[in-house]
Amino acid sequence: MAVKLASIFFTMILVDNYVLAKFLGICPFLGVSKKLDSAVGMSLAVTFVMVLATAATWPIQTFLLTPVDAAGELKWDMGYLQTIVFILIIAILVQLLENFLKKFIPALYKSLGVYLPLITTNCTILGVTILNLDNGYDFIESIVCAAGAGIGFLVAMVLFSGVRRRVEQAVTPKCFEGLPITLVAAAVTSLSFMGFGGIVDAIFKV
Amino acid sequence: MSENKSKMSILTNGILNENPVLRLVLGTCPTLAVTTMASNGIGMGLAATFVLLCSNIVISALRNIIPNQVRIPCYITVIAGFVSVVQMIVKAYVPDLDKALGVYLPLIVVNCIILGRAEMFASKNGIVDSALDGIGMGIGFTITLTIMGSIREIIGSGTWMAGLGKLIPALGADFAVQVVPKGVDTFSLMTSAPGGFFVFGILMAGATWLTTRPKKSAPAVEGGNA
Repeated sequence: MAVKLASIFFTMILVDNYVLAKFLGICPFLGVSKKLDSAVGMSLAVTFVMVLATAATWPIQTFLLTPVDAAGELKWDMGYLQTIVFILIIAILVQLLENFLKKFIPALYKSLGVYLPLITTNCTILGVTILNLDNGYDFIESIVCAAGAGIGFLVAMVLFSGVRRRVEQAVTPKCFEGLPITLVAAAVTSLSFMGFGGIVDAIFKV
Repeated sequence: MSENKSKMSILTNGILNENPVLRLVLGTCPTLAVTTMASNGIGMGLAATFVLLCSNIVISALRNIIPNQVRIPCYITVIAGFVSVVQMIVKAYVPDLDKALGVYLPLIVVNCIILGRAEMFASKNGIVDSALDGIGMGIGFTITLTIMGSIREIIGSGTWMAGLGKLIPALGADFAVQVVPKGVDTFSLMTSAPGGFFVFGILMAGATWLTTRPKKSAPAVEGGNA
């Protein structure tokens, strides 16, 4: 059990990194990674919402939308409501987090600024809640997977903000200035993460 | 400016000048994720265009009714409704496309192009203009995805438009254009993550060059080494 959880956790961080391998959450990855401290703040907010959203959506999907009776048959199927219900739950959670930060940690609230409401439309969060269910994870595994995805987002953001500081001082052709060269740098960062492929399987022997 | 010309410019705006992906940098996640094959790009582009058109029309029609403070949740609900419609249609009629797009199909809800256009355009303009804007942006998105998918597919797998037969059954399920002869080693890195970022960077630089190039009369002030 513990081995499987650890394997899920590290797979999400290194191998299936949401930003660098699955292309989820590219907007904040490009938008907020300019400064290290806002990158860390954003990633922590995302991780927090991700775990909360998973904790909220997993029971709703399992017990409300597609409940299964003792014989393993669907009692009723409202799976088609998944997208609408999940996005509304996430929107509510983000609003809660925003009010909480505004009251208790105003400094972080200020530095995250415009990106906080954008967490709602951060595809990593809706992505992780749907992918957990697609993968058939149970509740604990889903939470661990969400936490791993969040930490993976943090790792990618922190590493890339370092890369980016160097890239911004480099001399580039005029049309490559700004985002294009940043994307090429992201390609190199993503290439380095490909080196982790298989490492988790090798360590945990699953 | 005449009325006709402005309607036309709303439509064409999304294709190059305000191309949602390359110029406004919206909707980057699906752009990078589904463009391993050109046909996936077309499918994703069409699905997003449908949602964009419908949500733009509805949001524009409701723009005077929706209270300003709760507009984002309202927009999201409208968009999520249309995404569910698309999901059901795709699952029923093109199940192969549903498999290929996977989680990125429900993720159209959080595609920033759609919410972005609702906020920037549909909430301030009439129904006809919003519909045109939706179509224009959708076409721009589809073209960009197709170009990017073509580049990645040709370099990465050596074929072009493989899988198009799933979208258009008349072509047959095995339809594919073999661009690079079979037996030649392809550069498969292009279809994986780094290739996506790389091609996206190059395309964005190309679009920047295309749109800024003709302005020779007005030299850029910033960035000069005077």
